[in-house]
Amino acid sequence: MSDEDEIILSELPDDELVLQMHDDLYDGLKEEIAEAVNILLERKWEPYDVLTKGLVEGMRIVGIDFRDGILFVPEVLLAANAMKQGMGILRPLLIETGAPKLGKVVIGTVKGDIHDIGKNLVGMMMEGAGFEVFDLGINNPVEDYIEALEKHDADILGMSALLTTTMPYMKVVIDTLVEKGTRENYIVLVGGAPLNEEFGMGIGADAYCRDAAVAVETATELIARKHNKLASA
Amino acid sequence: MTTTTLKELLSQKPVLMADGATGTNFFDMDLGPGDPPEFWNIDEPDKVLSLHQAFVDAGSDIILTNTFGSNAPRLKLHKAQDRVFEYNKAGAELACKAANSVDRPVVVAGSVGPTGELFVPLGELTYDVAVKAFSDQMEGLKAGGATIAWIETMSAPEEMRAAAAAAIQNDMPYVVTASFDTAGKTMMGMDPSKMPHLLDDLPCKPMAVGANCGVGASDLLVSVLSMSEQEGDTVIIAKANCGIPVIRGDKVEYTGTPDLMADYIRLAVDAGARIIGGCCGTSPAHLAAMRVALDAHTKGDQPDREKIVSAIGELVNPVVSDNPQRPARRSRRRPKT
Repeated sequence: MSDEDEIILSELPDDELVLQMHDDLYDGLKEEIAEAVNILLERKWEPYDVLTKGLVEGMRIVGIDFRDGILFVPEVLLAANAMKQGMGILRPLLIETGAPKLGKVVIGTVKGDIHDIGKNLVGMMMEGAGFEVFDLGINNPVEDYIEALEKHDADILGMSALLTTTMPYMKVVIDTLVEKGTRENYIVLVGGAPLNEEFGMGIGADAYCRDAAVAVETATELIARKHNKLASA
Repeated sequence: MTTTTLKELLSQKPVLMADGATGTNFFDMDLGPGDPPEFWNIDEPDKVLSLHQAFVDAGSDIILTNTFGSNAPRLKLHKAQDRVFEYNKAGAELACKAANSVDRPVVVAGSVGPTGELFVPLGELTYDVAVKAFSDQMEGLKAGGATIAWIETMSAPEEMRAAAAAAIQNDMPYVVTASFDTAGKTMMGMDPSKMPHLLDDLPCKPMAVGANCGVGASDLLVSVLSMSEQEGDTVIIAKANCGIPVIRGDKVEYTGTPDLMADYIRLAVDAGARIIGGCCGTSPAHLAAMRVALDAHTKGDQPDREKIVSAIGELVNPVVSDNPQRPARRSRRRPKT
């Protein structure tokens, strides 16, 4: 970078620094994100505000351009890695300060499926949005999902599949929850390239989420609805 | 003895018909969801053979082996990474058996799918490891009698390059098709217009390139148009999904009817494809209808997008740059004010 382009993050006022964070997330600059997070913390920002106003808002913009076909997986992964860098600093502080948690999410790629790019993005965006995420990784049989849901007393189950030969397994998991009588305890979200709305509804999920940004929006909305229902009951 | 090579068959016929789906057809033969289809090459060879046979009987000129996921990184998931050679060889032998059962020539193509891993720096897969994985797979395919490596459902240009290098190493001709499932591009952001000349610098170029799987058949045909607009006489492959998957009762079904797939093959010919088949959801019955349509069809004018959409249906995943309101990607690093 030439001298005239040089940006000294520590010299930017708060409002500009936050905008710069959005840009740096967009460009996947992880060192710059870590630096900006530390600067805001030194300026006595609440960790929760750094998270929401800096990282989450930045990833929201990335999510929109991903949805609209301007950014693709490589750029989004770089952005997510930059976010991870910032989260690494914030996570212990968020726990310390008792920042609000939206809910607990168990996610994983279904049995037979190795493809976890989308699932990883969803996990990171969910965590950024304030969910507690338990990531089961790839190739999960129904038993693993159920064990994790019960162990963590989860609110949301997120399942991902990239292959047409593995996506029917989502139905196996949902059917098993129904058989056990625990289906209603969870919000079930599904996603992956070969899926569609009709398929999601057909297997009995609460929603099909076409990308990570939609997954976060949907999870937030459905959790709020669930809480309202509980409150009025 | 009626297996032949793709080169030979391309020199004889203007348009070749490939086969249909493998994995989704196996569901009707009781493959469990999430179970690896390639295990059947050893465990249920009669079922694999019967699907190949049904495709050959429906009139396919090219059939693909049941080896899409038979590379070590994928087989590792099922703790079978040591059986790469065995599954691939057995898979190719089964396809040859079906090809040899008829009097006309049929090409046995060895299906090679992606590893499922990301290349460095995004992931951990290196070029050398990928070439080795593909090469090991192709060795088995070749030993079993496949005469061409059919590299398919790719997204990352690096991975296509690695698979092509592996084919060249094994002295096998090859084709490459990608899945354009994200706003008209692959999920890694590669535009279909790049396909025809992507591997021009390799010592041996692909015999054909194209699109497979992805989202809907309309979307795939639009990708094919974009490839055939490029310079040169690249042979183009179209292998579209049979509509989109929906759940009916306990079963996954695809929305495409045989009539729709017949329309699709005619449009694919007009769009410039010379090798046409179906991907997920395409059954032998769909292929039989496609064969009849293909044999009766004379190549017409190249269709535009409107014609494709009105015959086959709306695009599942339209390209956003079509929307003039949308600004192009910005460079976001702000200069200091």
